[in-house]
Amino acid sequence: MFVRGLKRKCFDGEEDIEGTLAGIKAIPSYNLQRQSLLDMSLVKLQLCHMLVEPNLCRSVLIANTVRQIQEEMTQDGTWQMINTQSTGQASLDRLVSTDILCRSSREQAEEKLVPNYGTFNKDFEGDQGQDSSETMSTASSVQAPRNLQGSVWEMENPQENKGNFQKSLDQIFETLENKSPNSVEDLFSEVDNSYYDLDTMLTGMMSNTKMGHCDGLETFSSPTSTASNSNCKSDLNELDHIVEILVES
Amino acid sequence: FVAGFGSLMQDVLWCFSQVKGTIDIGVTEADIISTVEFNHTGELLATGDKGGRVVIFQREQESKNQPHRRGEYNVYSTFQSHEPEFDYLKSLEIEEKINKIRWLPQQNAAYFLLSTNDKTVKLWKVSERDKRPEGYNLKDEDGRLRDPSMITMLRVPVLRPMDLMVEATPRRVFANAHTYHINSISVNSDYETYMSADDLRINLWNFEITNQSFNIVDIKPANMEELTEVITAAEFHPHHCNTFVYSSSKGTIRLCDMRTAALCDRHAKFFEEPEDPSNRSFFSEIISSISDVKFSHSGRYIMTRDYLTVKVWDLNMENRPIETYQVHDYLRSKLCSLYENDCIFDKFECVWNGSDSVIMTGSYNNFFRMFDRNTKRDVTLEASRENSKPRAILKPRKVCVGGKRRKDEISVDSLDFSKKILHTAWHPSENIIAVAATNNLYIFQDKVN
Repeated sequence: MFVRGLKRKCFDGEEDIEGTLAGIKAIPSYNLQRQSLLDMSLVKLQLCHMLVEPNLCRSVLIANTVRQIQEEMTQDGTWQMINTQSTGQASLDRLVSTDILCRSSREQAEEKLVPNYGTFNKDFEGDQGQDSSETMSTASSVQAPRNLQGSVWEMENPQENKGNFQKSLDQIFETLENKSPNSVEDLFSEVDNSYYDLDTMLTGMMSNTKMGHCDGLETFSSPTSTASNSNCKSDLNELDHIVEILVES
Repeated sequence: FVAGFGSLMQDVLWCFSQVKGTIDIGVTEADIISTVEFNHTGELLATGDKGGRVVIFQREQESKNQPHRRGEYNVYSTFQSHEPEFDYLKSLEIEEKINKIRWLPQQNAAYFLLSTNDKTVKLWKVSERDKRPEGYNLKDEDGRLRDPSMITMLRVPVLRPMDLMVEATPRRVFANAHTYHINSISVNSDYETYMSADDLRINLWNFEITNQSFNIVDIKPANMEELTEVITAAEFHPHHCNTFVYSSSKGTIRLCDMRTAALCDRHAKFFEEPEDPSNRSFFSEIISSISDVKFSHSGRYIMTRDYLTVKVWDLNMENRPIETYQVHDYLRSKLCSLYENDCIFDKFECVWNGSDSVIMTGSYNNFFRMFDRNTKRDVTLEASRENSKPRAILKPRKVCVGGKRRKDEISVDSLDFSKKILHTAWHPSENIIAVAATNNLYIFQDKVN
């Protein structure tokens, strides 16, 4: 399950912090991991599965986790810290941590043991899809007082608030695309291809016209092609059509 | 109740009996089994799959010629219960996956079961036809009409035996009552009503009436932004037709009495275990979410399954369970990864044996676990093709947590998390269990002495 040599620190409960020195070093690591968890959770909530209604239980649990993290970060004062910092150290840290998570899970995907369960497989295939308008409003109210995350799916303060978080998402997509086409396909080979072709998935995310909260993801439109319908069911042709109209307008 | 059979773990040796399903490496998604249920006598075993099909197996009569075969289960009926649908208003697909099957007690020659997908519950009648009428006057044997002027004498049609035909017909369709996804159905002990539960609401139905249902629980907040808890499972008390329980994503169980009010918003009892502060993490709530709740056959206890444990609660004690069993505690340090790959959201079910002395639940790597409540012994077994020789005794499996791994043990990091046993069933009175491993159904029996 784990790639050998990659030390993963799960910050569940009472992990030992051996010694003061290690303890001091562990604290930023804890913050880093907590931030990664936050980012990961937001990604899980973000990615819209376009065809099947999302699993409400899963969405609620993830949203509650996000809320917990934010509460703790507010108490810590780290929330303020991240808010005030520009796209500098903090966001870089976050990028790094996210990338580590991403990389190791991709490597997991290539290991024989859990081929279906790399992060991206699950997130992109969206078998437990994310979006319902109600779930989104749940999450958005949680984040209403928190400018940073809140507007990932609200357009109120688009630019600066999207910046940090979207950098993390950009990182995810970028690292995906930097891979050769074959490996990307390998990533998805175990998944039911008719639904979960990468192009289709990204197209679907944008074409979810009923949800304003997916607007935040529109900036991802450039790397995708809306052309590949070959793997889609005929129903998706309608969605593609709608996307074309939206993109042109 | 039946006592003494197989209640001591050391007396029971589980043997492979049968496996249903293909051996192909690539699994068709539609063939993945999504629910398993014995009927009240154990004569029938039903499975539902992601493709919306129901397959019913029937136990063959035990024959003196082959005593060791102990009644094998063979296919009795197969039918398409639910089809995929498209909700045009929401632009969303409604999956045909069968979430649950529940049998009605048998009242005549036919069998009745309820099957449900995310939105619609159906009552199916499964009946046998082994005779057909022959000798009509106005039709010939092929059904063609005869020329009346050619008929010179009258005869009385007689029933003649024919090859057994098993027909499944949908008798009732209970639709349009659930906005959210149905996770449970439960037949009431009055055999006249049943309930269906989705994420936020529970409805009570009369079997005869399909165009209306009563809403008995509604936890939808006025403002959906305040939603923090959902219903995860619900079940009627086996004997008291006014009592039912439902579990939540926050690890709580509420027992409700339908006599107190039409809308059972106030619980009669509230079961929750105080959180252990030493184990607190960001994943605490997620792993406390209850994936299944089952009354014991006696009706005195309820069993709940959360991500890492199975708990037995006494109905008379609300503040903590009377028993807690660790299913796979070695996963506690891996929760971060399991959250990442979504395995932490897997919903495992749990079952009682007929005498309520042993409980069973599934795990990963096609392992499943049994806990004997009396002896406190537990065992881990595996459903795999390697152990599939007829009447082969299943060898207990062990997961090693760090340190030296013994020869037969498997390390946590080698577990296959795509092989999960979510659905199992226990025969109502005998030591026969059905274990669903992705697209295969394994049937195990205890060793015949």
